[in-house]
Amino acid sequence: MALTLFYITSAVAIFATVMMITRLNAVHGLLYLILSLLAVGVLFFLLGAHFAAVLEVIIYAGAIMVLFVFVIMMLNQGQRTIDQEQAWLKPGTWIGPTLLALILFAEMLVIVMSGDRADTGYIVNAKQVGTVLYGPYLLAVELASMLLLAGLVGAYHLAKPILIPRGHKFRLSGQAAQLSFKLRKPGRNV
Amino acid sequence: MNAGLGDAADIAGILASLIVVAAMLIWVERRLLAVWQDRLGPNRVGPLGLMQVVADMIKMFFKEDWIPPFADKAVFVLAPTIVFITMLTGFAVVPFAPGVGIIDFNFGLLYFLAMSSLSVYSVVLAGYASGNKYSLLGGLRAAAQTVSYEVFMGISIMGVVMLAGTFNLREIVEAQRGGWFIIPQFLGFIIFLIAVVAESRRTPLDLPEAEQELVAGFHTEYSGMKFGMFFVGEYLAITLSSAMIVTLFFGGWLGPWLPPLLWFCLKTAVGIMFFILLRGSLPRPRYDQLMAFGWKVLLPAALVNLLATGAVVLSLQG
Repeated sequence: MALTLFYITSAVAIFATVMMITRLNAVHGLLYLILSLLAVGVLFFLLGAHFAAVLEVIIYAGAIMVLFVFVIMMLNQGQRTIDQEQAWLKPGTWIGPTLLALILFAEMLVIVMSGDRADTGYIVNAKQVGTVLYGPYLLAVELASMLLLAGLVGAYHLAKPILIPRGHKFRLSGQAAQLSFKLRKPGRNV
Repeated sequence: MNAGLGDAADIAGILASLIVVAAMLIWVERRLLAVWQDRLGPNRVGPLGLMQVVADMIKMFFKEDWIPPFADKAVFVLAPTIVFITMLTGFAVVPFAPGVGIIDFNFGLLYFLAMSSLSVYSVVLAGYASGNKYSLLGGLRAAAQTVSYEVFMGISIMGVVMLAGTFNLREIVEAQRGGWFIIPQFLGFIIFLIAVVAESRRTPLDLPEAEQELVAGFHTEYSGMKFGMFFVGEYLAITLSSAMIVTLFFGGWLGPWLPPLLWFCLKTAVGIMFFILLRGSLPRPRYDQLMAFGWKVLLPAALVNLLATGAVVLSLQG
């Protein structure tokens, strides 16, 4: 019984993910992504990880995806984006990546089928990763977090509204001029 | 998860009574608001105007069900069902009385939070799919408002979780035998109440559908039974919210003399009436005031409540 439910849910998750990739309309794609996340939540539940299941729904489906929908709503895409997506989904574009992915898949199949005998080298487990990350590589971890912080501060700086004093002759200078230049340059969606 | 409580009869009974309650609330709200404002309210159809609900339903079913040509049809149809389904499934964990309920889930409280955060999609997608500026603005407001208020809603009830030591709603009720959690968790209760009003988009925090600013916000383009779904979904949200407030802060089914189920229903009814009174008495804040109040007042208050409760619980244990 549990196994049947597991396979049905997995099928739903995989189908929803495939549909998500092939939708032309971004919001429809997101809806399938939400469905896929909900299916993963059900999978967790079936495996007995109730806490992880509920957190999956609250955090991914309930909070992060709402922000995605929020942003896509604000971008206000029209027919033009759909045409663009259509162009990207042409079979020609997909042949290369599909072939390469198939090679990887075949390799994985060979490794799985040959079991322990496969020559996969030294196996690193999760605990070792943790010990090494917070031991000898602590400096690198801290540097990466500083980089993320710099990104956050930078995003805040760029998103700050440009205040032009009343009566000031309207002339963009410095950062504002660069920004407007950046916005105009590609000219595809603007 | 413990063994299921509800057999088919339980589930059917709870479902039927919920739908009847949600429909009756249409009449209750109009009648109560009228009484508080010194009017009569709907009193023509049937005794005390009780059949007004039937009249409203007939009207709603026979209205033209219009999908605008500029709408995103699939999403437009899907949106109103989401609030309805998530709110109804949210009732699965509500502990009505000992032995009455649908499931006894160890993470029942988190399940409620998950369902209430999923119900946001209804409004957001309705706003997007309508293809209308006012609807889109309503949808944007709804997304920002509910995502923000969800944060403090979650934090504000962690005090209750600490005191009870569990996420299981039935055990939380049992933990209140010594005294209702509203007394030690008064701050948490106030924050949860405000967050719940914001989540269910009721006046005074109904900015996503503020009539004077946005026509009708996210449901401007909706008519007929699709509008009815939003309408009934809102009443289900109120009922679920009052049931949760009763469970978390007012001792659920606990009470002297009367049977437990009756106590639960009475307390929930008082909660629902409080929601209606709020609508009749408070003005709507401005949108920036709402967001600033949430992040600058409610979030720090919820965190202080969390810290203080944690400190007290630890010091009492140690």
